[in-house]
Amino acid sequence: MCLAVPAKIVRLEESGQGTASYMGSEVRANFSLVPRARPGDWVIIHAGFAISIVDAREARETLRLFKEMAATDRR
Amino acid sequence: MKELRDPAVLRRLLDEIGAKAGLLGRTPRLMEVCGTHTMTLFKHGLTPMLAEAGVEMVSGPGCPVCITPNAVHEAAIAAVTRTEGLTLAAFGDMTRVPTRKGSLQAAVPAAGSRLRIVYSPEEALDEARREPGRQVVFFGAGFETTIPGIAYTAKRAAAEGLRNFSILPALWLIPPALRAILDAGEIAVDGFIYPGHVSAVIGAAPYEFVARDYGIPGAIAGFEPGDMLLGVRSVLDQALAGRAEVALEYGRAIGREGNAVARALMDEVFEPFDAVWRGLGKIPGSGLRFRAEYAGLDAGRRWGMAAETAEMADASDLAGCRCGEVLRGVIRPAGCPLFSKRCRPDSPLGPCMVSFEGACLIHFKYGPVRRARS
Repeated sequence: MCLAVPAKIVRLEESGQGTASYMGSEVRANFSLVPRARPGDWVIIHAGFAISIVDAREARETLRLFKEMAATDRR
Repeated sequence: MKELRDPAVLRRLLDEIGAKAGLLGRTPRLMEVCGTHTMTLFKHGLTPMLAEAGVEMVSGPGCPVCITPNAVHEAAIAAVTRTEGLTLAAFGDMTRVPTRKGSLQAAVPAAGSRLRIVYSPEEALDEARREPGRQVVFFGAGFETTIPGIAYTAKRAAAEGLRNFSILPALWLIPPALRAILDAGEIAVDGFIYPGHVSAVIGAAPYEFVARDYGIPGAIAGFEPGDMLLGVRSVLDQALAGRAEVALEYGRAIGREGNAVARALMDEVFEPFDAVWRGLGKIPGSGLRFRAEYAGLDAGRRWGMAAETAEMADASDLAGCRCGEVLRGVIRPAGCPLFSKRCRPDSPLGPCMVSFEGACLIHFKYGPVRRARS
């Protein structure tokens, strides 16, 4: 029940509703809790509401960390 | 984010964790508070691998379906079975919890009444908008992750003046429950893996008391296997350095300050009270109820359920179910004599075997846990 998923915002509407792309399909969600979110942003969606905006820089940093660990491992 | 599942990297992190646990000279016990974390740990086989590395993981109370006492589930069942022409909307997991009055799913609704499973509180609101002649009650259960959406929905209903919509609240706050577990002293916890998405709303500050007052390290973690191992590693690093803090190992999805918009909304609609949790009893300030301005939306008041739900303890549990002890981390699911024998996913005797985040269901699905090396 408490599952939340990352999805990319496709379209935002005046009402605060909008659509996001999640694993290839478009889902409706409410974006009123993340007023700074813009189309193209990744957000965390839980029970129909986006609750957090993914920080692209932090996400790249996490990826870099894991790629680095993978690279060191192969040496 | 397939990199966060790269077996070579996970192996490397596990080796590092093993080395750090070895340096500690004892088997640290870490509680993963969130049920979805329990799922990640078991689905990817991490709990047994961490045990081999010398770290014992124990599941905490982070399953809203599970910690909602049976008396509240029974109030929802009573609403749909006794009232005619009512739609009871609930999250799917909530409908399968066994109680003394059966489960919502198996309940026979009163004439013209029905049960509707929803994914979002707004779907329940839509139902009320579509059918103004019907009363729609939303069984609103959840932690801080879910509560802002419920608060938003309540506010919309009030603004639109919808008279046929109400909410039966089962709203729970994580930090007071952690304090209750620590104060009970039944289980020694050396560190916490804090729930990533509850933290998306509340931020890091509400856990600071764990580090400050109890000297216990912790880390907010994400939900990929790599995220969880980073969290465990961080907790061990703190323990080795003799530090205790609330580390953030999920910076890509949340900030230390959480979501202030969501919190303001929660605070506008709801106020804290001393709520009763399954297994944990009454915990100061651990539940939310409607503020006076929104009391008209309270299904408990509208349908006279409040008295039934306010003062009930574990008396409403089914005989023999030890879900309460599982939620406190005091026993593992296998420690319950009913587990995998009389209590199974197709014939659950308690909510921990029902919810996708329930420790019993997760243990049942993904197998037994080996004991940590000591």
